[in-house]
Amino acid sequence: MKTPDIDRRRFLALGTLASAAAGAKAGAQTSSAPPPAPAGPAATQVPLVLTINGTDQHVTVDVRTTLLDTLRDHLALVGSKKGCDHGQCGACTVHLDGRATLACLTLAIAAQDAKIVTIEGLANGTELHPMQAAFVDNDAFQCGYCTPGQIMSAVACVNSRHTSSEGEIREFMSGNLCRCAAYPNIVAAIKQVAA
Amino acid sequence: MVPFSYSRATDAQTAAGKARSAASSHVGAPVQFMGGGTTLLDLMKLSVMQPDALIDITPLERRYAGITTSHDGLRIGALARMTDVAESPVIFKNYPVLSQSLLLAASQQLRNMARVGGNALQRTRCTYFRDTTYDQCNKRNPGSGCAAMDGYNREHAVLGTSDDCIATYPGDWAQALIALDANVELMGQNGPRTVPFADLHRVPGNTPHIETNLAPGELITAFVIPGPPSPRSVYTKIRDRDSYQFGLATAAVALRLQGDTVTQARIAIGGVATKPWRAAAAEQFLQGKTLDEAAATQAGKIAFAGARPREHNAYKVPLGQATVTRALLQAKQLDVQV
Repeated sequence: MKTPDIDRRRFLALGTLASAAAGAKAGAQTSSAPPPAPAGPAATQVPLVLTINGTDQHVTVDVRTTLLDTLRDHLALVGSKKGCDHGQCGACTVHLDGRATLACLTLAIAAQDAKIVTIEGLANGTELHPMQAAFVDNDAFQCGYCTPGQIMSAVACVNSRHTSSEGEIREFMSGNLCRCAAYPNIVAAIKQVAA
Repeated sequence: MVPFSYSRATDAQTAAGKARSAASSHVGAPVQFMGGGTTLLDLMKLSVMQPDALIDITPLERRYAGITTSHDGLRIGALARMTDVAESPVIFKNYPVLSQSLLLAASQQLRNMARVGGNALQRTRCTYFRDTTYDQCNKRNPGSGCAAMDGYNREHAVLGTSDDCIATYPGDWAQALIALDANVELMGQNGPRTVPFADLHRVPGNTPHIETNLAPGELITAFVIPGPPSPRSVYTKIRDRDSYQFGLATAAVALRLQGDTVTQARIAIGGVATKPWRAAAAEQFLQGKTLDEAAATQAGKIAFAGARPREHNAYKVPLGQATVTRALLQAKQLDVQV
């Protein structure tokens, strides 16, 4: 069987960018966004420079765009996931200056001073980050949707030394919800890396 | 979200001057200050708040995020992150109620983002406030009525309510501050002023859309805890799940004891009131008494003497009483070096 020369992730990312470009051409008439308040300002596009995974990324977005939507829809970094979009599930967790942060409640325009690390920035080439490897070793996911956020919080958990007990790990990780309830295996993965 | 302009504050007084109305106190104010943004952006996505201008005040953290102690007491900059205040060694050791109130709140991601000034101004979790498909909400839409009165009001307040609003003040940090007699330093268009934290928030009365006594443009710059440390202090939080959940009943307690005799008791209760709530009558009852289970139980009852429960939240009265009792007995049992 012939090996495809493009993987699923790259295919989806290309699709994301293509649809973003199509959306831009289609203009505002097709947008389902609510009409602007009469006295308020018009929608404004702003050029931003974001430092993501060690690289300066130049991107132009609407002022209202969250960091999460900027990553996913404008920069093809689709590892960070949108679960609730209200800061309740943790699927969008990234690091800003080393702190676990919710990308869905962060405006991209307000993140220009920070060093941003996403799940895509953890591995060293094809070599997994120790936490990624530990999640594989411990079967710490089922569907995988929450996993990038779980791993970003897990790395922060170890780096900030909140690993003295299973209870402390669970408390630290409580902002990352897992619909498949892989929690015991996630705790095991974190214990493995912290050991 | 409707379109808005975004600017970054360069100094507090200039930022204050840009606000056309009381930015932080009015739900509907067109100019809003943004710190961590964790409440504001959430409510903007829900269309509950629709400001046309955001002023990002996080650039002011270089000046207003420090934690210092002096003969005046403890000073905490309003732009300090919840995480940094909670894990500050001096606060962890000498003001455990402050540290615990933060660590028992939100998630580690939100504590990294949220600033303690904004946390004190956190808006209610009332479903009828947060869901714009309900027409009736006097806080979001003044004069429209209150859907919570006869709605599902399990999480609503029993103290400080009015006929117009029973929305619960959701925070924890504010209870710890009010129990420790904190003062709050403000910067406004006409310069700085200091007020007791207890005077910052308003009960809803017939203007539930005005939540604080902040003047137009006024920013919180610091909290100051006067006097000596309060090592014999605890924050007790009862909730539906054991982490990452708002409190149904909480108590902040700070005690000074001579043997088992109370020389000073300070008690604040949360999850049950429309604003950060000091239980002054319960404190007076305990003054000079031997603190045992009977006295702590009586103090809990006194704290809820004026409670006005609705259909689904009557459980909060006995739960809140027991929370106060437990917090008092936990504070008594602390092994404190004085």
